[in-house]
Amino acid sequence: MLEVKNLSCGYGKECVLQDINFKLNDGDFVGVIGPNGSGKTTLLRGITRILKLNKGSVMLQKKDIAQMEFKDFARVIAVVPQSFNGNNLSVEEFILLGRIPHFSDMQFLESKKDLEIAHKCMKLTDTLRLKDKLMANISGGERQLALIARALTQEPKLLLLDEPTAHLDITHQVEIMDLLKKLNREFNLTVLMVLHDLNLASEYCHRLVLINEGRIYKEGPPKEILDYKVIEDVYKTVVIVQENPFSSKPYMLLVSEEERLKRGDK
Amino acid sequence: MNKKIIRWIIWIAALTGILLCVGGISLSVGVSRISPKEIITLIFNGKGSIEYTILFDIRLPRIILGFAIGGALSLAGVILQGMFRNPLVEPYTLGISGGAALGVCLNIVLRLNQILGIYSLPLSGFLGAGLVIIMVYSLSMKRGILKIQGLLLTGVMISFVTSSLIMLIMAISRVEDLHGIVFWIMGSLEEPSWLLIKAAVLVSVSGLIISYKFSLDLNAFSLGEEEAMHLGVNTERTKRFLFVLASFLTGCSVAITGIIGFVGLVVPHFVRMFVGGDHRILLISSFLCGASFLIFCDTLARTVISPMELPVGVITGILGGSLFVYALTKRQIVLEGK
Repeated sequence: MLEVKNLSCGYGKECVLQDINFKLNDGDFVGVIGPNGSGKTTLLRGITRILKLNKGSVMLQKKDIAQMEFKDFARVIAVVPQSFNGNNLSVEEFILLGRIPHFSDMQFLESKKDLEIAHKCMKLTDTLRLKDKLMANISGGERQLALIARALTQEPKLLLLDEPTAHLDITHQVEIMDLLKKLNREFNLTVLMVLHDLNLASEYCHRLVLINEGRIYKEGPPKEILDYKVIEDVYKTVVIVQENPFSSKPYMLLVSEEERLKRGDK
Repeated sequence: MNKKIIRWIIWIAALTGILLCVGGISLSVGVSRISPKEIITLIFNGKGSIEYTILFDIRLPRIILGFAIGGALSLAGVILQGMFRNPLVEPYTLGISGGAALGVCLNIVLRLNQILGIYSLPLSGFLGAGLVIIMVYSLSMKRGILKIQGLLLTGVMISFVTSSLIMLIMAISRVEDLHGIVFWIMGSLEEPSWLLIKAAVLVSVSGLIISYKFSLDLNAFSLGEEEAMHLGVNTERTKRFLFVLASFLTGCSVAITGIIGFVGLVVPHFVRMFVGGDHRILLISSFLCGASFLIFCDTLARTVISPMELPVGVITGILGGSLFVYALTKRQIVLEGK
């Protein structure tokens, strides 16, 4: 599906990411984790061609993305960004924008098919009930669902998400992650997402890519990555890793400085 | 057919109707009133009469020019506001009008128009505009990327520089030239050359058709550049093309009629309040509305204190500004969502 080879990129002369190599297979559900400023979002920007690569290449379905037409690219990869503009659009208008890459050259209006696909995606994400509301007037969780609906309207094979659960309560965090999982399972949609919440990442992702200081520190299933030694080394924070009794996935507990001092740790 | 398309068709029909009405009224009023009935009889068998000359050699050219320039400036305004996602941008913010004015000033002061003929004035205006466009464009290119914010700031700065230079020229120029410069800067739809009028119509109508090809890209731009790229828009190419298109429309307009302010700023806003932000309808309706607005203002300009004439820019400013503020207060509820 996607292969990142020796990727180095950054802003201006400064390289934020160096020698990144990884692969996504069809149907993968992968999380990118790492401390703030480690280059997670930069990686997404490199993959979506917003940043020019200083070195290396990204292959999408065996084609170099640098050679691809913008429209063809947007028909395969859809992005759910962290921040968004477009407050003055209605939810439906906003979601219909996702059909733009599928418009033919002399087409200006949405065809019946375009509308049907948008409707289907709205149903899937439970945003149909919001369709006439303004994007500015819906809640953070609903906005995230609308963003996902727009991405799905592009009918992508690969979905990239940048912290889809940021600033959401646990209900919406789980709702979003469950939705993504469902899409992954039922439509074989490949998902690559940047996540901050390590416990969510562990619970849902097949595989995690841990980035530290612009390089891949470790890659593998959650059980290998969420090891307390690895996490303490990268995040410089004391953690306790245990097993979730239901899913038997690792989960992490934090320890405050006060507690650490009480126990005479470091 | 869905509701949206029906709504759009109604808007286009209504605005076309308004445009035709305004055009008709403008034909019939003036120093000598000619009623619509008389106009119709004149068209068929009035050739040679004074009224016929007034209608077709004096009023009609102004109306057609008003249509072209009003449309072109509003179109440029929509394109630039959409591209910059900044509602305060207008065709003149980018320094294009300043460049054109400087070109014309130099022409007048150096008496080039007396040697090169009447076409040299619009030509020098166009050259001035073109130079500024090239300057703003190349100054805002960084590593092959057109920096939108840089474009805006450079444009504003160049505006200041050119207006200072114009003041300098005015300060040291002869009295008889001064009148020509001031007259040109104030802008007017009085244009004796049919050739230039036809050129203006050609430029603005083809501008509308070409920009329409980019209507969806402009919609995507409303989400920001990165998002537009995610939606498959070749943002670099689109930005450059739209910038050049808007500049060309502005440059041509200013070169032919002088600086008629406010149309490019107010019309897109005004129309957006009613038809919404979708560029597929916004482009057409702004064009039609801008055309009607300028024809209307010009009609006022030449009738209010007739037989004297006011500068049309005065009317566009006063009328446009107050209408806009009025609409803004009335529509507060809708705008709060933005």
